[in-house]
Amino acid sequence: MTPFNRNFGQGRSREGITPDMNWRELTKAGNIYEPGNANTYETGDWRTIRPMWNEERCIHCLICWRYCPDASIFSTDGKFDGFDYKHCKGCGICANVCPTHAIDMISEDEIDEQKEARENEE
Amino acid sequence: MKNRVALTGNEAVAQAMRQINPDVVAAYPITPSTEVVQMFSSFVNNGKVDTEFVTVESEHSAMSATMGASAAGARAMTCTSSQGLAYMFEVVYVAASMRLPIVFPVANRALSAPINIHCDHSDAMGIKQSGVIQLFSENAQEAYDNMIQAIRIAEHPDVLLPVSVNYDGFITSHALDVLEILDDDTVKEFIGEYHPQEALLNVNEQLSMGNFDMYDYYFEHKYQQVAAMENAKRVIEEVGKEYAKISGRTYGLIEAYKLDDADMAIVVMNSAAGSAKGVCDELRAKGLKVGVLKPRAFRPFPHEAIVDALKGVKAVAVLDRAETFSTLGGPMFADVRTALYDLKADIKVVNYVYGLGGRDLRLEDVEQVYNDLGDIIKTGKVDKFVRYLGLRE
Ligand code: SF4
Ligand code: SF4
Repeated sequence: MTPFNRNFGQGRSREGITPDMNWRELTKAGNIYEPGNANTYETGDWRTIRPMWNEERCIHCLICWRYCPDASIFSTDGKFDGFDYKHCKGCGICANVCPTHAIDMISEDEIDEQKEARENEE
Repeated sequence: MKNRVALTGNEAVAQAMRQINPDVVAAYPITPSTEVVQMFSSFVNNGKVDTEFVTVESEHSAMSATMGASAAGARAMTCTSSQGLAYMFEVVYVAASMRLPIVFPVANRALSAPINIHCDHSDAMGIKQSGVIQLFSENAQEAYDNMIQAIRIAEHPDVLLPVSVNYDGFITSHALDVLEILDDDTVKEFIGEYHPQEALLNVNEQLSMGNFDMYDYYFEHKYQQVAAMENAKRVIEEVGKEYAKISGRTYGLIEAYKLDDADMAIVVMNSAAGSAKGVCDELRAKGLKVGVLKPRAFRPFPHEAIVDALKGVKAVAVLDRAETFSTLGGPMFADVRTALYDLKADIKVVNYVYGLGGRDLRLEDVEQVYNDLGDIIKTGKVDKFVRYLGLRE
């Protein structure tokens, strides 16, 4: 997975427009010429709390998958298969509906701090 | 073949629309442009045009429907005036930002309140920063000619912006004027068949228009509009030259009238430019070095051409038929004065707000302006740089 960029809208799409393009390179009036490209536009960076999955407690009922308003929960073969952090907005609905409390909402700042501490140790 | 006819400004504009034969017209009547819509609807009824005529419930809907048709790939037009344009305001921005080449005539008229139906440029000045090209017309002939040229300007691939063709409400819209109209075939050939670069109804290509844009792209898209406006200056001149070949009438960004050796100049748009030229001729006969500058394009603002035309004068009066309530004068004054600033020449630039709500600009008023300019040159002093011409003080 490509590293996540916390600056809003800095997400790189594989195709189409990217924020390093100048006004000449961007499409006229923001017209979009390929379908389904919202997938390549990262909208998850305004999340302040992040859902974290607890594998032991998960019973793979996929209630969270059904409730997520941003279709940011992956499922494979009828099983929970992680979060799409590029698009998850951190609303916490999944944590709220989970019958086994298998999802915890953790502050993004805390995660950043932990990450920084780890990097400093190294 | 040239056809010399007597028509009102509205009739001339309606004739131009008949000859353009757009795919879609969506309009709502409002005085004083009502006649254009009314006459055009009779062309539709009598089979003189192939247009799909959409009667909408308001001007907001008129521009919305026109925009929808244009985005779908049609050559689409509407028509408005005054409160109608004010009501359309929101959608005018969208049409410009979506880069839809919609041509729409505007018979210029005052805005309420108090309620007034007469000539004034407040309606047009309300959309001067919306991103539409604004052409102004001195008389019915120019309104007709501007309509035909507007199609080519709007649809030029380097431009792709809406064009509004302005002409004075009642003074031009309702007065009978003698003008030449081109044959239908000449117009048809000049404007050409419409082949939009992209269209929502083109089933072979996927396209989504009017999308959501955040701060990572919006700014660049706004600059694209600025660049299109910059291109429009070149295109307006090119189309003007080409139009001269079929009509014998030349059009540019501005008309410089007797400015070559002038000491004093009046800058004024639309019908009042005719009065100014009349007074200019009289004063020239008396040996005064006076001239008139008539901007034809107001958006884009032809500042290079204006500076070039005015660089030799000593005093300039800008006549505005609209207020800005900035207490710093009218809208065109601000632009002209800004344009002249970098010349660092000692040109005195003063402003006259005139003709609000249809008050006549009398020839004596114009003469007074030239007299004032003469005094300014003589004394080198400007006691009041914003004045109200014909106001009872
Ligand atoms: S709702 Fe809870 S238990 Fe059910 S799949 Fe999601 S995380 Fe697992
Ligand atoms: S926090 Fe909200 S957006 Fe993110 S996965 Fe859970 S339900 Fe979906």
